Amino acid sequence: MNFKNLLSSRLPAENSQSITKYFKQYGIFIAFLFICILLTIATPNFLTLQNMVMVLRQISINGILAIGVTFVIISGGIDLSLGSVVALTGVAAASFAHPGSYGLWVPLLVGLLIGLIVGTVNGLIITKGKVAAFIVTLGMMTIARGLALVVSDGRPVSNLSDSFNFIGGGEFLNIPIPILLFGAVILISSTILKYTKTGRYIYAVGGNENAAKASGINVNSIKLFTYIICSGLAGLAGIVLASRITTGQPNAGVAYELDAIAAVVIGGTSLSGGSGKIIGTVVGALIIGVINNGLDLLNITSYSQQIIKGLIIVGAVLLDRKN
Amino acid sequence: MNQPYLLKAENISKSFPGVKALDKVNLTIEAGKVHTIIGENGAGKSTLMKILMGMLSPDEGAIIYKGDTVRFTSVNEAIKTGLSMIHQELLPFPELSIAENIFMGNEPTTRIPGWINTREMNKKATLLMNKLGAKIEVTRAMKKLSIADMQMVEIAKAISNQSEIIIMDEPTSALSNREIDILFGIIEELKKQGVAILYISHKMEEIFKISDTITVMRDGKHITTCEITEIDQQKLISLIVGREINSIFDKKETTPGEVILTVSELTGEKFKDINFNLRRGEILGIAGLMGSGRTEIVNSIYGLEKIEKGTIFINRKKVKISSPKDAIKNSIGLVSEDRKKYGLVLGSSVKHNISLSSLEKYNNGLFLNLQKENEIADTQINKLNIKTTSSDQLVNFLSGGNQQKVVIAKVLLNDADIIIFDEPTRGIDIGAKSEIYKLMTQLANEGKALILISSELPEILGLSDRVLVIREGEIKAEFSQAEATQELIMKHAMA
Repeated sequence: MNFKNLLSSRLPAENSQSITKYFKQYGIFIAFLFICILLTIATPNFLTLQNMVMVLRQISINGILAIGVTFVIISGGIDLSLGSVVALTGVAAASFAHPGSYGLWVPLLVGLLIGLIVGTVNGLIITKGKVAAFIVTLGMMTIARGLALVVSDGRPVSNLSDSFNFIGGGEFLNIPIPILLFGAVILISSTILKYTKTGRYIYAVGGNENAAKASGINVNSIKLFTYIICSGLAGLAGIVLASRITTGQPNAGVAYELDAIAAVVIGGTSLSGGSGKIIGTVVGALIIGVINNGLDLLNITSYSQQIIKGLIIVGAVLLDRKN
Repeated sequence: MNQPYLLKAENISKSFPGVKALDKVNLTIEAGKVHTIIGENGAGKSTLMKILMGMLSPDEGAIIYKGDTVRFTSVNEAIKTGLSMIHQELLPFPELSIAENIFMGNEPTTRIPGWINTREMNKKATLLMNKLGAKIEVTRAMKKLSIADMQMVEIAKAISNQSEIIIMDEPTSALSNREIDILFGIIEELKKQGVAILYISHKMEEIFKISDTITVMRDGKHITTCEITEIDQQKLISLIVGREINSIFDKKETTPGEVILTVSELTGEKFKDINFNLRRGEILGIAGLMGSGRTEIVNSIYGLEKIEKGTIFINRKKVKISSPKDAIKNSIGLVSEDRKKYGLVLGSSVKHNISLSSLEKYNNGLFLNLQKENEIADTQINKLNIKTTSSDQLVNFLSGGNQQKVVIAKVLLNDADIIIFDEPTRGIDIGAKSEIYKLMTQLANEGKALILISSELPEILGLSDRVLVIREGEIKAEFSQAEATQELIMKHAMA
């Protein structure tokens, strides 16, 4: 075998591979930085500490939802019920958060628990009932919205305690609580996906369900876990939202699931499952947040904003595919 | 060379990241001949075929078709020019009818543009299928056909496209002997009509039966092209692997140990009343035709399929196995016949595939020990001689033989005492085959108990201590290594 030949033919090929690989991995970060630079040039108010903190606080809810649905999408599923779960858990938590009624832990527990229950129901029907996730969570989207309206009698639940409102409006060490919660969710989620058995199994189930099963993995319990995590995080988002607007709004969160899924897809996670990273989803949520914020600063009407946002979402993913 | 030729590929080269898949390869295809291309997996056969069919474009070199240089940018162009390919894994539209599959993209229309003339289409399809000697109703849904019949439909499609060159990629890998005979009859017929067949196969016997010309490829290079009459099997094998192989089976002296697995009156949807024992240190061969129920039997022992009746004993203790998880706990491992479906997560890395069913080993309480996982994966890669650029490489990019070794590496990490190999060498090259044989023998010598299912009788005869023959879901015969011959096994397998 001709060794020299082998080496000379290999080296350039490997270099070009690492460059494409680099773009593949960091394309979305580059896009994000590019958008930030554009906005910094276009408006004087974009790159200020105050504005950055505001953007982070604004995206924390969508970010938490997007991380939850990242688990589901990596495992090969989908969850369309998130927005309604945000409304339901927000209303339910708010109902237990009037001043002088219960301790703070009661509304928190109620909100999270309802989220977990919704996820369990979704997951069980999908795995045991073998119904497509799209259908089950579409149904749940309507059911949870209906429940939120029934529980609240269609009216906003207001007059909430200061301690409850602190979750969405308060700060710790000068950092708004929603940002801290978002940060904690990022850390825990990335750790689960990268460093635990369950995380690895989620990728395997999304990549090839049959092979996962034949490797001794309990596929159903892994799927169930992703739906529970997803709705549980929607419960957390519901609490944060109700607390921030100091009201449990039964009509809140409409189409939030779509923003969340958009963040996941922009972040490079394939809708067919088996791949994806939390950090990608976080950057996806950041891109959406920065665009919203930038368009506001540029005084573009909310009607036109929708068009531009849609174009940027599709464009970002298109660029990613090209790379 | 001044011969009349249909197609000539000159100095074709193609590189992928990290590999030179083709290095100045030449190929000449003549009308009315069967030209076989042979080489280990990774030799560059598939890449060459993909270039011929317009799925890949070559880095350098030219393709000359009937004297004109052509450059296909899509499969469609290749088909229109006169080339068709029958893929190893057929890609039909399962819900559509045979006729619709044959004329996909080429439907006869009525006078109204875009309106399919169904009657005309069915008539033409029937004509084509009759010509091939297949008596199937052309309105039947594709999914209801056997693999052999689906192949027939693909050939009919190639004929309807008036292809002059038909590429067949391991067409017999899923066929029974009788179906192979029918296929070979059709190939002879096509030859008479001047169609050139480019034939890819790993099976020596059929290569010598059907080929006119043979081209050997190795490591992306063209090694030789000659008439089939100028070469014998021994010579051919040495050209393929680049070294002399005396015997690929490393037969051992066996002293089977105690019984480890007992299957009693096992009955499922496709098999009934299966009884056998398996001892430590033994390789039990299970022979039978495709569809005889042999795969279903081992799948049900592994918990992939339901058992209706019967008992499984391991170390004389009754066990209940209702999922692969139970099987692994009871120290059973399976290398499945369908590695893409049951063996691998193709979009994951070599490392993650190898560790997938033994993650407990790398668990530090709550978290995975990624460093230890790396170490064990690298050990397995070295031990099984898996050719990969790194353990982070996606399994998808490995050749068939190396993919199979990844599956085996994964199964071995579970420390199973009973390992089932279902068609472990299907579609993989001779080099990897002999490595797998060696490994199996070694495992048996270490005291593991092995079950081997194979369609290749030399494999069964070369490795097994004992052979069970399955037909129509029942054990029809049992032979010791000394008694078993190809003829005896086939006699009981075929009814």
